[in-house]
Amino acid sequence: MTKYATATDEMRAKYEPVIGLEVHAQLKTKTKIFCACATTFGAAPNSQVCPVCLGLPGVLPVLNERAVTFAAMTGLAVGATIHPRSIFARKNYFYPDLSKGYQISQYDRPLCEGGGVEIHVEEVRKRIGLVRIHLEEDAGKSLHPEGKEGVSTTRVDLNRAGVPLIEIVSEPDIRSGVEAYHYLTKLKQILVYLDVCDGNMEEGSLRCDANVSVRPCGRVAFGTKTEIKNLNSFRYVEKAIAYEIDRQIALIESGGRVVQETLLWDSARGVAETMRSKEEAHDYRYFPEPDLPPIDLDPSWVESLRASLPELPDALRERLVREQGIPEYDAEVLTETRALASYYEEVAARSGQPKLASNWIMTEVNAVRNKTGDSIESFPVRADRLGDLVAMVANGRVSGKIAKQLFEMMLTDSSGPEALVQKHGLLPIEDDAALRALALEVLAANPGPTAEFRAGKEKTFAFLVGQAMKQSRGRAHPEKLQAALRAVLTEESA
Amino acid sequence: MSAPLVLESAESLARAVTQGERSAADVTRAFLAQADRTAPKLGTYLHRLAESALRDAEAIDRRRAKGDPLGPLAGVPVAIKDNICVRGVPTTCGSKILEGYRPPYDAHVVERLRAADAVIVGKTNCDEFAMGSSTENSAYQVTHNPWNLDRVPGGSSGGSAATVAACEAPLSLGSDTGGSVRQPAAFCGVYGLKPTYGAVSRYGLVAFASSLDQIGPFARSARDTALIQGVICGRDARDTTSRADARPISLDALERDLAGFRLGVPRAILDEAGEGLAPSIRAAFESAISAYERAGAKIVDVSLPHSRYAIATYYLIAPAEASSNLARYDGVRYGVRRSDGDLRGMYEATRGAGFGREVKRRILLGTYALSAGYYDAYYLRAQKVRTLIRKDFLDALAVSDALLLPITPTPAFKLVEKTDDPLAMYLSDIFSIPASLAGVPALSFPASFDASGLPIGLQVVGRPFDEETILRVARAYEREHDAASRVPAIALAEAGDAR
Repeated sequence: MTKYATATDEMRAKYEPVIGLEVHAQLKTKTKIFCACATTFGAAPNSQVCPVCLGLPGVLPVLNERAVTFAAMTGLAVGATIHPRSIFARKNYFYPDLSKGYQISQYDRPLCEGGGVEIHVEEVRKRIGLVRIHLEEDAGKSLHPEGKEGVSTTRVDLNRAGVPLIEIVSEPDIRSGVEAYHYLTKLKQILVYLDVCDGNMEEGSLRCDANVSVRPCGRVAFGTKTEIKNLNSFRYVEKAIAYEIDRQIALIESGGRVVQETLLWDSARGVAETMRSKEEAHDYRYFPEPDLPPIDLDPSWVESLRASLPELPDALRERLVREQGIPEYDAEVLTETRALASYYEEVAARSGQPKLASNWIMTEVNAVRNKTGDSIESFPVRADRLGDLVAMVANGRVSGKIAKQLFEMMLTDSSGPEALVQKHGLLPIEDDAALRALALEVLAANPGPTAEFRAGKEKTFAFLVGQAMKQSRGRAHPEKLQAALRAVLTEESA
Repeated sequence: MSAPLVLESAESLARAVTQGERSAADVTRAFLAQADRTAPKLGTYLHRLAESALRDAEAIDRRRAKGDPLGPLAGVPVAIKDNICVRGVPTTCGSKILEGYRPPYDAHVVERLRAADAVIVGKTNCDEFAMGSSTENSAYQVTHNPWNLDRVPGGSSGGSAATVAACEAPLSLGSDTGGSVRQPAAFCGVYGLKPTYGAVSRYGLVAFASSLDQIGPFARSARDTALIQGVICGRDARDTTSRADARPISLDALERDLAGFRLGVPRAILDEAGEGLAPSIRAAFESAISAYERAGAKIVDVSLPHSRYAIATYYLIAPAEASSNLARYDGVRYGVRRSDGDLRGMYEATRGAGFGREVKRRILLGTYALSAGYYDAYYLRAQKVRTLIRKDFLDALAVSDALLLPITPTPAFKLVEKTDDPLAMYLSDIFSIPASLAGVPALSFPASFDASGLPIGLQVVGRPFDEETILRVARAYEREHDAASRVPAIALAEAGDAR
């Protein structure tokens, strides 16, 4: 019996969690890894199949070279060693959605080994090492529709069978659910920058299993680990890991022992439940795939691939800090996606205002995008127009307040900011006579506060300025307006 | 009176059809008629294609009439082993588990044959999933040796060997994993070629042991063997283990004499068979060596020291690969399905009922050899020995141009003689397995007959992708001996009756 339902902070302080993640990323190839079938998501069941991915008798796999390229690009991006020779292996097990009775994967000779990913958690940078990245094919999908009168049926959709995957295995360097979350975010960012994976977890193009154990602080040997599956979002990964760490600590603290097993995360209930024990674990009987020759890569090909890699998030962030002089934090936000960074660079260049451009994107642009869910690519205010607007703010052509009005208009009106200024009469009022007339008008409309000011109540001045600004629809030049108001107030009282 | 049409070579039939001397339809009808009479007695076919064969033949005749050029096998009937896919035609591999299965595509070799204007006449009987040496492991029927109906035709391609021997078809295809083309060829007195691994695409060949399987032809002459091999060989993008090195064979080159030829003879391998080696085989072997010397060849002593481990090696690698290759027969997508409660019950019932004893034995052997904790000791070590065996062959072929070996320790044995003794059955592959493991080309050719009138074959082994040389060696023997030109009484009597 468990004495403690959950761990207390005091207990947690005594243990160090050790976490390793296995991430499966679907590669963005047009066709499957061993046949010419399309990989499009959401097609009618079993409409994207052929004798090869159906595993019919007599067929043979033919390797999609694009999948190898994408996997090698990923390896290069994380600093892994790309092996000049790697081999496919068969992983044997029975399941209805596994059409051949084995999965073609890589085992003792993976394509990439080593490398790592840098994460940034609460001002601390940390490197999560990678064990390996290997290529494999996806299995199909088993569907369990509601059967009539309690009769259970299973249907198999093999559209996904043979879709190319890379499995990215991390070192057990992760220490918390939060670190796992950041690691996954970073990994996804890299994959999307490389354009080798769309990173879409809902469609299953990114999947994650977590290996979790805890050990008393200071001990080198690992504790017994459990594996958690069915983690369908980065937040579930974070939650499930936190849950499992606490479960293991509480278990040990109450005198129990962690049992090696595979757990299934139930996101609705927020618990992980036993899927299979160690005794039920498969013996996959791996052996080299005799139907496929080894993958032999020419070192010069690998080098040219390395040279052709796009700029990656870390390098881009550092470059923005260096070239634009913006803070590290801004650069981090702006490099969330390659497209956002490009957008920023264009706004900064056009306006000549790197920091102001960053502020506008991080606040105004991202606020709208958070509401609408727009990607930066589909954001209605293109970088040239925002650049012009930022320039107009910087050179005093419009006030910040007017600029925000213009920005709102630009979301639905494709005109440039200058045209909108003209069209809506939003030019600033700077002329002395006009400002004097405005001051007189406001004082006349507010006799009470005017009298109070004159009676020595200085605070009322701010109110009068506000009224005048409102009257001008924000167009009045702030300093000149204040001067005009003071002038009129002193004149009349004289 | 000229010889019956069914005794003619594929080469001359194709020439006659191309030149309009005979119609493809007449040729096809003659062979279909021969098979109508002999196949029921021999049990050669699991599925015959009389109607579509005639249709195909008539289409070839129409094309000729239009003046279209015809392919090198114009109008020549070809039988296909039942583990090679023919679109829309039952392909069972001799197994109940694939009963009723019709593949939706043609194997690469079938496409090549069609493109060469050959006529596909049927699917021949074989040991279940090509596992066996007598064709007695077929789940459907027994095939008899045309030379003696009480004897086995050999296996696993017994149906393909017997159909050519009985002149039901001039050519056929089989598959050879450890001797499944060469051994039945020897038992039935015909030519059987196991090409170099990678010479012929395996696309559409139902896999038994992927690293060993090769499709190979049966014929009644060296030239016909070369003719069909030239049609089916070569690189196919759908089989990445197939190679462009395999090129068509020049028939003229087969006629070159053997002056100065170095024929390697690994005599020590005969002792491996011990008392199992029939005196008639030893005599035929020695006599062939003398014949080659007379023909101008220089006999070179060579050795294949690791061949003694060949059977043990083969029975780890082949079952290991088979255990994985046969996992797809689970009742989910095609073939037979038996339900029994849950998913595991369905697997067990389907595979329990669908597979025969020998297949189950090999799946168990292979599963064990690949299990965690045994892999290094069995599968991995077997692969290392395999590398040594291949090196032996390449070394021997560096000091000689081809090797001469027996192919079987005995002539065709009796039906049911070895069905209860799998080990004895395995040991009968002692001379065929080494070349399979080495991946080199090997040809079984008819050499002579024993006192009881059973054919005796011998084996020539060559360098990788040098099928031409081993066919030339066999052709040199064929010019001086009549073993290849003899046909079994069943074929002659029936052909005679047909006139």
